[in-house]
Amino acid sequence: MARYFGRKLLIYALTFFVAVTINWLIPRFMPGDPVRAMVARAGLQTPEGVAAMREYYSSLFGFDVPVWQQYLNFWGGILRGDLGVSLLAFPEPVTSLILGAVPLTLGLLIPAILLSWWAGNKFGAYAARKKVLDNAVLPVWYVLTATPYMWLAILMAWALGKVAGLFPVGRPYSASLVPEWSWLFITDLVSHWFLPFLSLFLVAFGGWAIGMRNMVIYELEADYAHYLSSLGAPPKLVRRYAFRNALLPQITGLALQLGVIVGGAVVTEIVFDYRGLGYLVLEAIKATDFFLLQGIFLFIVIGVLLANFVIDIVYVLVDPRTRAGMGGDR
Amino acid sequence: MSLAVEDLRVYYRTLRGDVRALDGVTFSLADHEIMGLVGESGCGKTTLGKSLVRLDGRMRHVGGTVTLDGRELPIGEDARMNEFRFAEVSVVPQYAMSAMNPTRRIGRMVRELVGSRGIPFASVRSELDRRLALVGLDAEVLERYPIELSGGMKQRMVMVISTLLNPSLLVADEVTSALDVSTQRAVATALAGFRDRDLVRSMIVISHDLSLVYQIADTVTVMYAGRLAEKGPTEVIVERPRHPYTQLLISALPEVGVRYGGKRLAGIPGSPPSLRPPPPGCRFRARCPLAYGKCAEQPPFAEIEPGHAVACWRAS
Ligand SMILES: Nc1ncnc2c1ncn2[C@@H]1O[C@H](COP(=O)(O)OP(=O)(O)O)[C@@H](O)[C@H]1O
Ligand code: SF4
Ligand SMILES: [Mg+2]
Repeated sequence: MARYFGRKLLIYALTFFVAVTINWLIPRFMPGDPVRAMVARAGLQTPEGVAAMREYYSSLFGFDVPVWQQYLNFWGGILRGDLGVSLLAFPEPVTSLILGAVPLTLGLLIPAILLSWWAGNKFGAYAARKKVLDNAVLPVWYVLTATPYMWLAILMAWALGKVAGLFPVGRPYSASLVPEWSWLFITDLVSHWFLPFLSLFLVAFGGWAIGMRNMVIYELEADYAHYLSSLGAPPKLVRRYAFRNALLPQITGLALQLGVIVGGAVVTEIVFDYRGLGYLVLEAIKATDFFLLQGIFLFIVIGVLLANFVIDIVYVLVDPRTRAGMGGDR
Repeated sequence: MSLAVEDLRVYYRTLRGDVRALDGVTFSLADHEIMGLVGESGCGKTTLGKSLVRLDGRMRHVGGTVTLDGRELPIGEDARMNEFRFAEVSVVPQYAMSAMNPTRRIGRMVRELVGSRGIPFASVRSELDRRLALVGLDAEVLERYPIELSGGMKQRMVMVISTLLNPSLLVADEVTSALDVSTQRAVATALAGFRDRDLVRSMIVISHDLSLVYQIADTVTVMYAGRLAEKGPTEVIVERPRHPYTQLLISALPEVGVRYGGKRLAGIPGSPPSLRPPPPGCRFRARCPLAYGKCAEQPPFAEIEPGHAVACWRAS
């Protein structure tokens, strides 16, 4: 077991190293020159002024040292949590921009993913043995899951937000408020959060429910289920085993979802103008803010690796079959 | 007499009509009898075994009765059968290799199974250890997952589980078919050991392999196309079979076949008829070398001497 995780950790470390290196290369290979962009933004007329400005930004961005040193500095920065300054919101540090956006994105996605996973699995397992539910309700989710998410999100924002006016659309909280621990602010925050959350929840819920329903039906036909019934085991026990075994592939699915958490938010955040990490990605691209993009990508990489590692551990704990493949040491 | 089966009919419901996999089967089993049930694949052996324990979703009890120790089994009623399963009738299924839940430690699975039948695990725990030793398994296997056991170990484990409550009747379906030759003998011996120690009153051992049945069975029953062809003591069936089908089966056996006039057959030419529905008359007619006019009528399964019954017009 220790050897298994040792090997996994090594792979993750290697992946991280490669990802950081590619990340470092991005602004150096992307079209456009960040220094020139900043100088142009200053709108200076005299060549001396431009030259001085150039020198200032080169040293600020760390471009005035040899390439190998730039690379090492980049690693040093990562270890210190310093990802450079944003061009978009100059001179705000990239780290603080990201840290400001992350809670919004995670606050939206984590509840949506976890709740839909939990409820979808419960519902799917229930539908697997209730014919009425299976025939009447599940088709609705088939349609919902097949609907392009963008389209559904826009429809919800328009129908429930603009037309019915049940929920505010746009921004994580009203522009007139400042974040604070007050009743007013919290209710405002929740009402802005609800629609994007609901759109994510609904779509994911259907997917989980359908997957779980099929898996449970499959498991109930497995040999061990028939054997237990042949020995007179009550359906309750058989269903419990089937549910647990059907859950295993769903855990993998959850891992994948958590892994792409940030990417998944982009559409939601654009449609609902919810200013989290996905929104920040779009803004950074529009403004060719290399350092911000770099920082966000780094953050995504860390998130994906962490999620995968956690799931690796969970999987080993719940499925003995993975343990059998670990080379003898139990 | 521990088991009596009377004119049992069990059909499979399919979209293209009923498959009459069990079409009027009558036999009985004495106390301590191990009955071998043989026949080509598809002749209804598994169906007969399952009918005594649990019908699957597509099987339908059309007629006939099953009486075990003087009580009629409600084989068509799934819920009412539960009371008899495990404790009175039990099964070592054909799929024993995958019969245990892959994600539970075996010991825990047994505990939960026994518990679900209202029996405290503690009351069977010492017996469980004793039985494991009996089939040559270490008690430590209870701490393992099924995937960590070899095929032969899984097979023996399932045998121990199935017989834990000392059932009156055990149906063992193709228990050795998935195993290599050296393991086959150990498993077959273990099976007979359960009967010898009176842990199981009587047993039906299903196999398409007559030579295995020959090793452990007291009587042999030959099935063909959903009906019984012949039943008798093992010696009688092997040495002087009366049904043409049995004769062909025996002659196909390597060591016994030599006695059959040197005419060794690789197999029996032709294949069993469709059971959807079966042809009229004797079901073996199309392949029978002795068929004649009378065979257009179905021959009765009748005793030709005490304990030896045959369904063939030529035998009486
Ligand atoms: N689930 C099923 N649905 C329809 N027909 C079946 C089913 N299971 C078995 N049969 C048919 O019933 C007959 C007997 O099958 P089975 O009892 O499995 O034979 P055996 O165990 O002797 O090989 C075969 O003709 C087979 O095709
Ligand atoms: S009844 Fe006729 S066809 Fe059937 S086995 Fe006997 S001889 Fe052959
Ligand atoms: Mg079979």
